[in-house]
Amino acid sequence: MVNNKAVRAKRGLKLMIVDDSNIMRRRIERSQQFEELELVGTAGNGEEAIELFKRTDPDVVTMDLTMPRMDGIECIGRLVAMKPAVRILVISALADKATAVEAMERGANGFLNKPFTDRQLNEAIEELMR
Amino acid sequence: MLHEQELKTFVDGTTNFFEVAAQQPASIGSPYLMEGAPTVHEYTGVINISGKREGVVYFTAPKAMLTVLLMKMQENDFSHETMRDLVGEVANTISGNARRDFGHDFVISVPSVLTGERPDIPQKPGLRSFIIPINWRSHSAKLVVSLT
Repeated sequence: MVNNKAVRAKRGLKLMIVDDSNIMRRRIERSQQFEELELVGTAGNGEEAIELFKRTDPDVVTMDLTMPRMDGIECIGRLVAMKPAVRILVISALADKATAVEAMERGANGFLNKPFTDRQLNEAIEELMR
Repeated sequence: MLHEQELKTFVDGTTNFFEVAAQQPASIGSPYLMEGAPTVHEYTGVINISGKREGVVYFTAPKAMLTVLLMKMQENDFSHETMRDLVGEVANTISGNARRDFGHDFVISVPSVLTGERPDIPQKPGLRSFIIPINWRSHSAKLVVSLT
């Protein structure tokens, strides 16, 4: 019998979660869709994210925008410059269109507004992984 | 000073937060205006606003309410740090969502969190505050909006 979860895990994609809230990091980590990814670490701001990115080379990143020290918009640009193929899902409370456009122009691949349901999170991740 | 429609943005943002994040709607009381700072609960998440508007938005709630809210969010850490994290995240979410109507120049800070019932909340002199009462389950909290 084929274990679907094991098959999915063989994709071997690595995940990094960036958010200044511990609650949000744990919430995203619990997402069912992320079971297929290997969590390589979490970061609480853009500077930490860049350091972690260099050490762990993730394939998929969830990125908050409003964070201390270095915000998510700047961080996205830096991560994409290091690895253009990285897939980035922005998860932010900032709900204006201009911010979403700016994030996508910097290299993000998806945008999910907080607050979100589990279903919305899973759908956004599924879309990101296509 | 906020217009009625702008105030509605914050009422709607608060309603949406509880409906989505807590999966249980809150009852939002009639907003009222007051001079100076209102009394607050044990935990207060403060967002400083700059750009085309200036002032503060803060969410203040008792520990008992935050504990239940964390349970509804499937959290199992109820430490002081997690309570602080949660009030900051609520204030951040409601303020960030307000940019849907206020636009990109409504610049929000990262949250700062104050604890205790007599915290020193920075407030622009002469600016009045709108209080949005929030009743959720058996608990009461407030969203305070004080903007130019």
